[in-house]
Amino acid sequence: MVFLDGKECPMKALRSVLVVEPSEIIAEGLRVILTENRSFNVLAPLYNADNLEERLPAICPDILIINPTLMASSTRQRLNTIMRMRPSMIVVALVYQYVEPALSDCFRFQLDIRAGRSAIVSLLQSAMAIDEEEETKPIGNYELSDRETDVLVLVAKGLSSKEIAETLHISIHTVNSHRKNITHKTGIKSVAGLAVYAMIHNLME
Amino acid sequence: MTRFSPRMKLADVIATNHTLILLLPRLNIPLGFGDKSVQEVCQANQVPVDFLLLLCNLYTFDDYRPSVEELRAVDMSPLVPYLMASHDYYLRERLPHIEMHLHHIADRVSPRYGNILKQFYADFRNEIADHFHREETFDFPNLQRVTEGIKSKGSVGKNIERSHVALVDKLNDLTQIVYKYLPGNVLPEESIEVVFDILQLSADIQKHALIEEKILIPWFSWMERSAR
Repeated sequence: MVFLDGKECPMKALRSVLVVEPSEIIAEGLRVILTENRSFNVLAPLYNADNLEERLPAICPDILIINPTLMASSTRQRLNTIMRMRPSMIVVALVYQYVEPALSDCFRFQLDIRAGRSAIVSLLQSAMAIDEEEETKPIGNYELSDRETDVLVLVAKGLSSKEIAETLHISIHTVNSHRKNITHKTGIKSVAGLAVYAMIHNLME
Repeated sequence: MTRFSPRMKLADVIATNHTLILLLPRLNIPLGFGDKSVQEVCQANQVPVDFLLLLCNLYTFDDYRPSVEELRAVDMSPLVPYLMASHDYYLRERLPHIEMHLHHIADRVSPRYGNILKQFYADFRNEIADHFHREETFDFPNLQRVTEGIKSKGSVGKNIERSHVALVDKLNDLTQIVYKYLPGNVLPEESIEVVFDILQLSADIQKHALIEEKILIPWFSWMERSAR
């Protein structure tokens, strides 16, 4: 996995961090460590996750570090609700000990409390880098019609025009004119190139 | 109609079409030829001047299509070595160079896109290597036999033309993928550079294909007919 190194990371405003953790010692320790690194703004911690859904919109953190045991019941459901509210927020589980896989799988990032200072900071930085990378989706206005998309997917799967005509119950002449339009619109001629195009646009399984 | 001639300075020929400089190493013509004419440079390096001019004209003038009579008059002994040297240049220099840059870019986008980009390029590289290999192990030796007056084993060039079109299409698709469909803010300078490299390679391979289609194949057919 590739992480952006500090040099290439674009300058961003401070990232606000909300710690949700029952132990005051740990919450305070995290605050100190993260404050030392100038890229984080650590908000006042919460000591429980009660009504977290209601409180989040007012707090608006960029990063949420939460002890998963506080959300032991219906974790996935609650996380989904939270993520719908703030899709760009990074959620990190703060783990003390072994956590049930069913619970830990709900979190993309995990922070072990035994981790050293620099490991804690670099975990958050790489989480932000991955998140940023995922924001950089291909843009390019997608202008194929639904029917052209159907044909494109079958071309990408390696079907011949004849087979596509049979699958979609249209004439081979129609298939060929769709193919011509697809190439004209995308600028891509080869079957292999069209397969790449279809995969980039998430059209393939 | 203007064509290059033996008395022109080689430097002027290259000034007219700078891509011709790529031909020189493939014919073992070193740089540093000063103000010598094409003829003088060729003599100094044991390259038949009519052969070099044939290539230069084909590379430069889109409407130039040598007739069989013209081809018959040319000493074609450097043709196969020239084509092999071109293959070598593509396989050993250009393709690895482009691959290095593409991998660099692919490693910075999400693995989902990166891996399909790498796969597309790996498939393309295999395809072009197979194509060259087939020419070098089948078509060229066959040609050699015919020039030595031995009967050929099958016809040269049956599949050459079609696979050239496919190769050039894939290179052009690759440029489209890099500058239209990959995330735009990942290594923009390197992306632009690799697009230029690919376009340059694509242009060179198209000329290479032209040499095979308009010189190698017609000349071979003529040799074959006269051998009977």
